[in-house]
Amino acid sequence: MSLLDVRGLVKYFPVRKGVFGRVVGYVKAVDGVSFSIGENEVFALVGESGSGKTTTARCILRLIEPTRGEILFMGRDVTKLKGRELKWYRRNVQAVFQNPFLSLNPRMKVKDLVAEPLKVYRDQAQDVERAVEEHLEMVGLPREVGERYPLELSGGQAQRVAIAKAIILRPRLVVLDEPTSALDVSVQAQILNLFLDLKKELKLSYLLITHDLSVVKYVSDWVAVMYLGRIVELARTEELFENPLHPYTLALLSSIPGTKKAKWKRIELAGEPPSALNPPKGCRLRPRCPLAFEKCHEEPQLVEYSKEHWVSCWLY
Amino acid sequence: MASASSQVLWLIRRSKLSLVGLFIVAGFVVTGILAPFIVPYPEDARGETYNIEERFQPPSWEHPFGTDEYGRDVFSRVLMGARYSLIIAVGVVGLALLIGIPVGLVAGYVGGRVGSMLMRVTDMFLAFPPLLLAIALAATLGRGLFNTIIALSISWWPWYARLLYVRVTSVKNMPFVDSARLLGLGRLAIMFRHVLPNSLTPVTVQAALDMGSAILEAAGLSFLGVGVDPSTPEWGLLVTEGWASISSAWWISLFPGLAILVTVLGFNLLADALRESLDPRIRRIALTRRILG
Repeated sequence: MSLLDVRGLVKYFPVRKGVFGRVVGYVKAVDGVSFSIGENEVFALVGESGSGKTTTARCILRLIEPTRGEILFMGRDVTKLKGRELKWYRRNVQAVFQNPFLSLNPRMKVKDLVAEPLKVYRDQAQDVERAVEEHLEMVGLPREVGERYPLELSGGQAQRVAIAKAIILRPRLVVLDEPTSALDVSVQAQILNLFLDLKKELKLSYLLITHDLSVVKYVSDWVAVMYLGRIVELARTEELFENPLHPYTLALLSSIPGTKKAKWKRIELAGEPPSALNPPKGCRLRPRCPLAFEKCHEEPQLVEYSKEHWVSCWLY
Repeated sequence: MASASSQVLWLIRRSKLSLVGLFIVAGFVVTGILAPFIVPYPEDARGETYNIEERFQPPSWEHPFGTDEYGRDVFSRVLMGARYSLIIAVGVVGLALLIGIPVGLVAGYVGGRVGSMLMRVTDMFLAFPPLLLAIALAATLGRGLFNTIIALSISWWPWYARLLYVRVTSVKNMPFVDSARLLGLGRLAIMFRHVLPNSLTPVTVQAALDMGSAILEAAGLSFLGVGVDPSTPEWGLLVTEGWASISSAWWISLFPGLAILVTVLGFNLLADALRESLDPRIRRIALTRRILG
């Protein structure tokens, strides 16, 4: 059984205008997204900004309410949880955000930040101070860091604090929202390795949100490529990089420097992504796609092209 | 933003001017607390005496600030005035914060209808010119120290409410508030532990500045005759008392006036330094600059 099942997730943001806040339209940030994450797996959502990957993550984290769709965590519908059950869910699903200097309260010491989750769930009869030290050590920080404030740390150190805070409750799933994008390149690999080590040690699953395909290749088991609120291709990571199908995926891979010798076709897209307020009819990539043909005016569905490889394109 | 002591150290290291501000404010507070025990002529300070032979004496060693029309020692009365000004400053700003902070915090964090309603009430108060509102209130309530404090704080709290409201609406959308929600913390805990401490900087700075303004406005009310009781050695009142004889006995008005000036200046300098030391971001930039030379 999978750990997390997302079924037909939809999130529309109403656009209001005028004095009375009349709704004049909807931004279709996420428009029918389904995927599942297995135990101890890393699932990556990739796409450019505005593709809806972060909105998907925020729905899963219950920071915003989805418009439609189901999110099942260990078989329970997350969108309907309340009170104690919601607390159980919060405890099992944590997150690490992009910029640790913004996601850590700047007025709390590191040791208090890391200890905070334990204090919220007081039922644990453990020594908080020792737990904090242990977890600082687990993420590779000396215990003296506990006395510091986040702004006195480097970006990499601060992100390690955020990670310690996220794992101290022993969650089953950790949502990583662009966890390395704000960091120096030299630090990125260290943090990614830390994620992989913790995954093995604590049997974690990750939902990785990123626009960086090299990060995906390094840590992820599965990849879903998103474009304008839809998943256009979903496959095992090796399979996707070996045998990309969707023109949008091809374009994304072509944009990585140093992939000249790739065996697949290089593709360039024309123009900018259209607004999610008024997405194109039919296939959403059609206006920009060099391979588009008549059939693309109809809406393609996500179909299994080969084993563990789904694609939403009329070419296949 | 570490402990209180490192905060003070930071202030001192930052600039000479903030040190001056700190000294003035500290001197003012100490004088205010100790005034009844250190003034040379306690009876004069309380306004119980009438020395006909010593009227209108210019400053001398015996009376450093001279004497007034009742022959009372102006120096003693100015020192004693620090006590009243301190009570007024702390009372007005404290009371205004006590109303303004909860209103601004709840309006900003809860938002929606409750928020707009609270802010419309605030706007109603803001629509009046503050000093005019204070004068009207003081005139209605009648003279007296307590009534002066009430009148001033009622015209004052909306500024804090609005200042905090604006800050809270932006802070509540910061990622660390999302992090707190992910922990399953309740609304109150998020409001008080995460949102409030990170929203207080502008209000704290404004409050420090306003300590000076409160003294100034209380003095203004007394000067206009709607402030504290007559014969109270409040600075504004002391200035008024000397007003009639300013051409012959300038010292009666000058010294309490100077006391107001210096104290207000001190609070301004301190508030300026506070602004930089309280904001961890500005502080970090300043720190980096110092390291880089």
